[in-house]
Amino acid sequence: MVQLTLPKNSQVTQGQSWPAPTSPKGEVKEFRIYRWNPDDKANPRIDTYSVDMGDCGPMVLDALIKIKNEQDPTLTFRRSCREGICGSCAMNIDGTNTLACLKSCDDVKGAVKVYPLPHMPVVKDLVPDLTRFYAQHRSIEPWLKTTSAEPKAEWKQSPQDRAKLDGLYECILCACCSTSCPSYWWNGDRYLGPAVLLQAYRWLIDSRDEATGDRLDDLEDPFRLYRCHTIMNCAKACPKGLNPAKAIAEIKKMMVERQL
Amino acid sequence: MRQSDPRPLSPHLQVYRPMLTMALSIIHRITGSALYFGSALLVWWVFAAAMGPEAYATFQSVAASLPGQVILFGFTWALVHHLIGGLKHLVWDTGRGFDLVTVERMARLSVAASVTITLVIWAVVLFSGGNP
Repeated sequence: MVQLTLPKNSQVTQGQSWPAPTSPKGEVKEFRIYRWNPDDKANPRIDTYSVDMGDCGPMVLDALIKIKNEQDPTLTFRRSCREGICGSCAMNIDGTNTLACLKSCDDVKGAVKVYPLPHMPVVKDLVPDLTRFYAQHRSIEPWLKTTSAEPKAEWKQSPQDRAKLDGLYECILCACCSTSCPSYWWNGDRYLGPAVLLQAYRWLIDSRDEATGDRLDDLEDPFRLYRCHTIMNCAKACPKGLNPAKAIAEIKKMMVERQL
Repeated sequence: MRQSDPRPLSPHLQVYRPMLTMALSIIHRITGSALYFGSALLVWWVFAAAMGPEAYATFQSVAASLPGQVILFGFTWALVHHLIGGLKHLVWDTGRGFDLVTVERMARLSVAASVTITLVIWAVVLFSGGNP
């Protein structure tokens, strides 16, 4: 349901300011970071860190790692590949969802505000609980489903049919798009959200898949598919430049076309 | 793993960068709801015309008053804006117009068009001597 304000336990308070570096080698940039520790039994807070950008990598993830290494080892976030392929460091930076490893600090004017992915239960600091997101992905059965006899070698696909998967297979399931979507914020328990629907479309148009009808049946639902109102936050947020909104429109088209 | 219960909900509307496309989506819904009430005004107008000169004069005096004119102007804009928004959705329903440049262009165009068309409608009615 739509609840525009945050619940009482989620309202963000002012946290502490960490001391600035004494003899910086370059510009000192402020990072205002969302903190919440389950052991504190307190509301989330914003801590302010000052980072010497003259002695730091260019990306927001570099700054977060520097803060964790040199100032505050309790700062908690997910990261792995640091090159935009694992999707671990998805978070809300400067008001939009993106990967910390692909977001340049220079692209942010003034202080860099860092929050966890929006409208998600927080495990700690910048780590959201993605359990439901993964369960929704599981629910669309993201694997090849066939009924014909297994071929001796691989399932073949023409280059033209393979090209239909471009712009879809690149999705790394970072959840930037789904958690940018107001429809997913208000109805995330029943609406599948952009990332999962893009994955659903990836299997719907795979020429090798033989469960297209069943897949469409499962999506034919006022909430699972049709809560998409083309708000377009998803496509604007996607750090891989994909367009979940278009994929969803294509699913809606398939729904109509099979009735004709 | 021990879970503190309940976990806080991360900030959403409070921190998300406001964008024209996002605003237009909610405005489309708001204008749609406004039209629902606006159609009641149309029913009143038709009813008043059917009930005779006195009832019609009452309607006219309300419609010609300043608050009445403001509501009518808002109704006109809501109608035009919602219509253009509907056309935008019609284009999207065909799977077209999803690249981000087009999306942004359509958003700006829809605002400019709805405001212009509303002003033109009112200018035409006022300058033709009519009382909207």
